[in-house]
Amino acid sequence: MMVYFLCLVLMTMGLYCLVAKKNIVKKVLGIVIMDYAVNLYIIVIGYKTGGVAPIVEPGMSEGMYARFVDPLPQALVLTSIVIGLGVLALMVSMCVRLYEKHGTFDMSAISKLRG
Amino acid sequence: MSLVPLFVAIPLGMAFLIPLLGRWWKTSGEVLATGGTALLAVMSIMSIGMPAVVHHMGGWEPPYGIAMVSDGLSVLLLIAINIVGFLAVMFSLKYMRIYTGLPKYYSLFMLMVAGMNGVVLSGDLFNLFVFLEVASIASYALVAFGTDADELEAGFKYLILGSVASVMILFAIGTVYAVTGSLNMADVAREISIRFGGEMSPALLLAAAMFLMGFCLKAALVPFHAWLPDAHPSAPAPISAMLSGVVIKSLGVYAMCRVFFHVFGFSPELPSSLIIANGIIAFSVLSIVVGGLLAIGQWDFKRLLAYSSIGQIGYVTLGIGVGARVLASGGVRSLAALAILGGLFHLINHAAFKSLLFLSSGAIQHATGTRDMKQLGGVREKMPVTGLSTNLAALSIAGVPPFSGFWSKLVILVATLQAGLYAIGGIAIAMAFVTLAYYVKVQREVIFGEVKGAVEKAREVPAVMYVPLVILAVVCVGFGLLYPVIGYRILEPARDALLNGAEYIKLVLG
Repeated sequence: MMVYFLCLVLMTMGLYCLVAKKNIVKKVLGIVIMDYAVNLYIIVIGYKTGGVAPIVEPGMSEGMYARFVDPLPQALVLTSIVIGLGVLALMVSMCVRLYEKHGTFDMSAISKLRG
Repeated sequence: MSLVPLFVAIPLGMAFLIPLLGRWWKTSGEVLATGGTALLAVMSIMSIGMPAVVHHMGGWEPPYGIAMVSDGLSVLLLIAINIVGFLAVMFSLKYMRIYTGLPKYYSLFMLMVAGMNGVVLSGDLFNLFVFLEVASIASYALVAFGTDADELEAGFKYLILGSVASVMILFAIGTVYAVTGSLNMADVAREISIRFGGEMSPALLLAAAMFLMGFCLKAALVPFHAWLPDAHPSAPAPISAMLSGVVIKSLGVYAMCRVFFHVFGFSPELPSSLIIANGIIAFSVLSIVVGGLLAIGQWDFKRLLAYSSIGQIGYVTLGIGVGARVLASGGVRSLAALAILGGLFHLINHAAFKSLLFLSSGAIQHATGTRDMKQLGGVREKMPVTGLSTNLAALSIAGVPPFSGFWSKLVILVATLQAGLYAIGGIAIAMAFVTLAYYVKVQREVIFGEVKGAVEKAREVPAVMYVPLVILAVVCVGFGLLYPVIGYRILEPARDALLNGAEYIKLVLG
């Protein structure tokens, strides 16, 4: 149970970083931390102590099937990491372009639109 | 062989081919995007009235494989997405000439269409998330497409808030999987109803709250709206039309409907579903009030339209939320049906008139070089076609009979009052007059009045730009006058799909 709470704590830390920091690169890091906290959470869901890879081989007994780990969360996290990479690339490239325009990473100096 | 996977495969293939061929063939984007979206629009019109289809990807039966489900609700959204998409591409042909890197623009556009079509057709929670991200990433890049200071800032804000929404949705999906052991929506719904017949477990409630927050962020309901008034005006006009017209609906409202009506379900046996319904209503009322009041003070034409989008999307979710509340409190089923019908009708009407208004703001900007309402005036005299179609859309969104916006708002308000929510109904009626007020402002400052300033040298835009406006204006009038045809063929199947969660489970799992 503890590990789930730690994932949630990590996610809140990312959210805090996103909200409280003015530097846009730090905001990006906040997003990345949140994203990885959720990935970790999904991996923890599929974790099994003493689990084995879910590959059926000849001569395996029914009892061994119970030790198989659930492969689905790992597939989900793999997909999610790839998506996260795409978003991260876009975020970093936007940061670079913003820096070229304004010469600063400070969001309060960049921000002109009134929300 | 069903047509369902083609709705995703065609735009995805085009998005791949356009930049590939663009190096040698300069107009690859224009040709392939127009052809692709035209084909998709025809396919979406052909799917009207067809029975619900379930396509098992790769032949794997659910709950193991991924299913693509096309029921009444999906068809409603497919029509909106693909027709608005086709018209926006047609408008782009001339409008986007001022930008460079056009193959990239059309490629991102097709990617966005593919993502949205995927979201509305997916029968699997994680697959829905993946397509949601495809559409979102494409739209972040398209908002910043101009790469000016404003556009980059708006794109960055949209990207940050959109990523937070995605993280929340992914967290909720993980939790749902941990509790039910399945990702297929119908299978999850069956698990929830069998195992948790009486009450939702705390973990599922957490998941529902996370879903609600994530989808409200994507739908830009107040208090999650901060990105929209920046992002929608900064994008190129055809993209603004897509974002306000269909993106916030398919990624936000549709996904919210699908997850809450079909996966979690609203019924008197689930007391916590009443909390969700009340939450949707609360966010809707806030959006109607805040969006409407902030729109009055705007002098930037596109910014006014963006705030108005927040208010109007509030009406859509109000109808759906009232329907959900009636279902959750065990009220009369026909009343829930009426409220949901009103919400869905307003959804498709808003797709038509808001995309028309954003396209015409682009046409006016193209002709006059400005979108500051203080420098505009008398557009009707210099640009008769644009002026007339903008006027029709403004009348329709303001709720003047007999245009479509009047009927959908009327249905929502009648259902809200009949459900006994008098205070909320009163607020919604008052804010309908505020909507009228700021569209009267649009009419007075932009369409009518003396020809002044930037408009003096303006000329009517070329046909390729005004034909989409005229088509959408015809839709605005047609939906108002021909309701019996539209309602019977498109809206009622969508409403029935939302109301009967059990049918959905039966459809997918057999």
